[in-house]
Amino acid sequence: MTTNFTSRIARAALAAAALALAAPPGAALAQEKVLKAVLHADVRVIDPIWTTQTIANIHGMLVYDTLFGNDVNMVPKPQMVGKYEISADKLTYTFTLRDGLKFSDGSAVTSKDAIASLQRWGKKDGVGIRLFSFVDKMEAVDDKTFKMMLKQPYGMVLESLGKTNSSVAVIMREKEAQTDHNTQVKESIGSGPFMMLKDQWVPGSKAVYVKNPHYVPRPGNEPPSSFAGSKIAGVDRIELIWIADSQTAMSALINGEVDFYENPGIDFLPILAKARGVKLMKTGDLDGTHGMIRLNHLHPPFDNVKARQAMYHLINQEDFLRAIVGDAEYYRVCHGLITCGSPLANDGGSAMLKDYNPKKALQLLKEAGYKGEPITILATTDHNTITPATQVLIQAMREAGINLDVQSMDWGSVVSRRAKKEPPAQGGWNIFITTTGGVGSANPVLHTWIGAACDKGLFGWPCDAKIEELRNAYAFAQTDEEKKKIARELQTRAIEQVVYIPFGQWSTPLAYRADRLEGIVPNTGLTVLWGIRKK
Amino acid sequence: MTAYIIRRLFATLPVMAVVTVFVFFLLRLAPGDPAAIIAGDDATAADLEAVRAKLGLNLPIHEQFGLWIWRLAQGDLGVSIFSDLPVTRLIAQRVEPTLALTLSTLFVAVSLAIPVGVIAAWQARKLADRAVMVFAVLGFAIPGFLAAYILIWIFAVKLQLLPVQGYRPIGQGFWPFVEGLILPSIALGVTYMALIARITRASMLEVLSQDYIRTANSKGLATKRVLLLHALKNAAVPIVTVIGIGIALLISGVVITETVFNIPGLGRLTVDAVLKHDYPIVQGLIMVFAAAKVLVNLMIDISYAFLDPRIRY
Repeated sequence: MTTNFTSRIARAALAAAALALAAPPGAALAQEKVLKAVLHADVRVIDPIWTTQTIANIHGMLVYDTLFGNDVNMVPKPQMVGKYEISADKLTYTFTLRDGLKFSDGSAVTSKDAIASLQRWGKKDGVGIRLFSFVDKMEAVDDKTFKMMLKQPYGMVLESLGKTNSSVAVIMREKEAQTDHNTQVKESIGSGPFMMLKDQWVPGSKAVYVKNPHYVPRPGNEPPSSFAGSKIAGVDRIELIWIADSQTAMSALINGEVDFYENPGIDFLPILAKARGVKLMKTGDLDGTHGMIRLNHLHPPFDNVKARQAMYHLINQEDFLRAIVGDAEYYRVCHGLITCGSPLANDGGSAMLKDYNPKKALQLLKEAGYKGEPITILATTDHNTITPATQVLIQAMREAGINLDVQSMDWGSVVSRRAKKEPPAQGGWNIFITTTGGVGSANPVLHTWIGAACDKGLFGWPCDAKIEELRNAYAFAQTDEEKKKIARELQTRAIEQVVYIPFGQWSTPLAYRADRLEGIVPNTGLTVLWGIRKK
Repeated sequence: MTAYIIRRLFATLPVMAVVTVFVFFLLRLAPGDPAAIIAGDDATAADLEAVRAKLGLNLPIHEQFGLWIWRLAQGDLGVSIFSDLPVTRLIAQRVEPTLALTLSTLFVAVSLAIPVGVIAAWQARKLADRAVMVFAVLGFAIPGFLAAYILIWIFAVKLQLLPVQGYRPIGQGFWPFVEGLILPSIALGVTYMALIARITRASMLEVLSQDYIRTANSKGLATKRVLLLHALKNAAVPIVTVIGIGIALLISGVVITETVFNIPGLGRLTVDAVLKHDYPIVQGLIMVFAAAKVLVNLMIDISYAFLDPRIRY
């Protein structure tokens, strides 16, 4: 009897072991709540400081945390910082880290980590470089407290530390933060809500994240809002799946193989809107994209402000937006350089952008000394929005009777060639088109394309001391009224000088399985994946 | 035979050397700059130069080539410019999906196309033959990506029988592995099936008109025996040649199929690396593809000797 019983137990144990062996490894995963998300690109770089790529920053914000985080209204809120003090002369900021903060390897986050991380960020990111131009020194008071001493009372310290678009000011371990800013860090260990499983990372295909067991969310369960609030991991595991073909990505969402699709193509929105279980969510003006035509201020004819202003008369924003987006629900005509719909949006100088008159454009160009020389335009051939916009501009200029030298090339080549300052005939250029994000463009300091810092500025190299004075003045403004006044003056001056020509703004909604997900976090610039829960 | 194989293997060395030189310099001549992608839209000329310097892209081109050859001689394909991971690891991650897709496509195509081609030749100018020819024309005419989208729409989105995309390793279970390969194999295999079916038919028609086939039929041998043992074996050399050419075509075909079905194979890796100007990956991949092509050709040549006793090396 005992033998039979023992034998039965042994057989049962063997059978159970055999079943366990036969079960696919995926069975264990089935118990986990997994968010499968298709984003706009694949995670190929794990250092959000080394590159400005948006996807590297989305990865960065899963793994790392920041001292401050700007909410959807771009107001900075403490994140890793528990308390902070600003001296009466506004020259000394004292930050104290929250209790118990740890990196995903279990080591404590200290002042040294924060200082090293900010110093590296301050050498690489445009906003960081600007902030650190006002920083005299930083010093650790103890393991949790450190001071930032300024040379001048710069008014954008907290906004800069909480910025939400490219190259976010993430806090790394001191060991990684000491890496040269032009070299990518080797490890991705942070104190954010998730940690990356590097052994499961297949660049160009998939990146996997699981909950960081050492993450300490802000107390009080603050509702998440862009980078602010409590970053509660709503799922056990996030798989960022890269699907290069947008039709396949759409089909995968409809079929329920993925839960979240960050940027479906405009053409697919009507199909997704009708798909069962799928919901579209608009992310707002601040998360939108701005189109801009950049003229080269170094060479004729656009070294003459009159020739630059002539170009305004060739631009009918609706033509561009219809070509790029098509559906008026997702675009907005915007006769301004500061994001329309943002707190600082204004109509300073906008009258110049509303007079569409090609004949007048040619007349003004001639008055500026243009005699029909070919104007070199860098025509991108492989960009989903810049390519159609470039074609609209080419047609508008040709119809106006302007002689064009259209140089067709891929976007990577445009990026290389636009850095050349030589005359167009020697490998330079006169015009190229690009885009920028709504978050950066909503703030005169973060909006680098509105700058006119001559040789130190961005491609096209506009040069105007008044514009730079106004941008600096904004950074030191103390009241909202003062900031609005300066923003208006700045936009008026920048439009007069034609730092660039805007052709509207647009934003595409994200799509997700509403039958499975809840808690989608509104964002400004970078998609936020914490807070999303699986039903 | 052994001497022949060794001779052929040695003959691949100059081929690989030429491929190495061409790949390296063609990539450098192509427009685009990986440093510009890394540095981002707001980067200044100084930023770009700093990134180039860190990546070694500012070195004279002959120095870059020398460094690459030196590493290659030590079996080191370098590291990806973007992910900073070894190219060998990135390629190794992608071999299994591509191999699975290629073999399943070969299996589907060969196991369907040869019988169909044999039947078409046997039933020449009859209904079955005409049906096969219509299929062959359609197979050539329909682009693989279009077939892929149609298959996805019908079998994945509408009927929900099979997944739209992705690859599950065989370690995650046999059925998940197979179900993810069915639609890609059919989409990739359609053209290939059409090609093999036509060649099989043409080759069989020629053999079936030979005197020894008439003799076999006169002896009263069963049709099946005549077709499979006497005719097909003698028609096999051109069929095997086409299968070999087809394997080379598959290498290029997987690029599109892997993209549409989101299979993380070598094809996708190639496209992504080319678009991002990730030179070390592209160089490594082309070396792998070139070696694979040379080896497949060698295997095809060796198989001739087994199929046709008159061929000796």
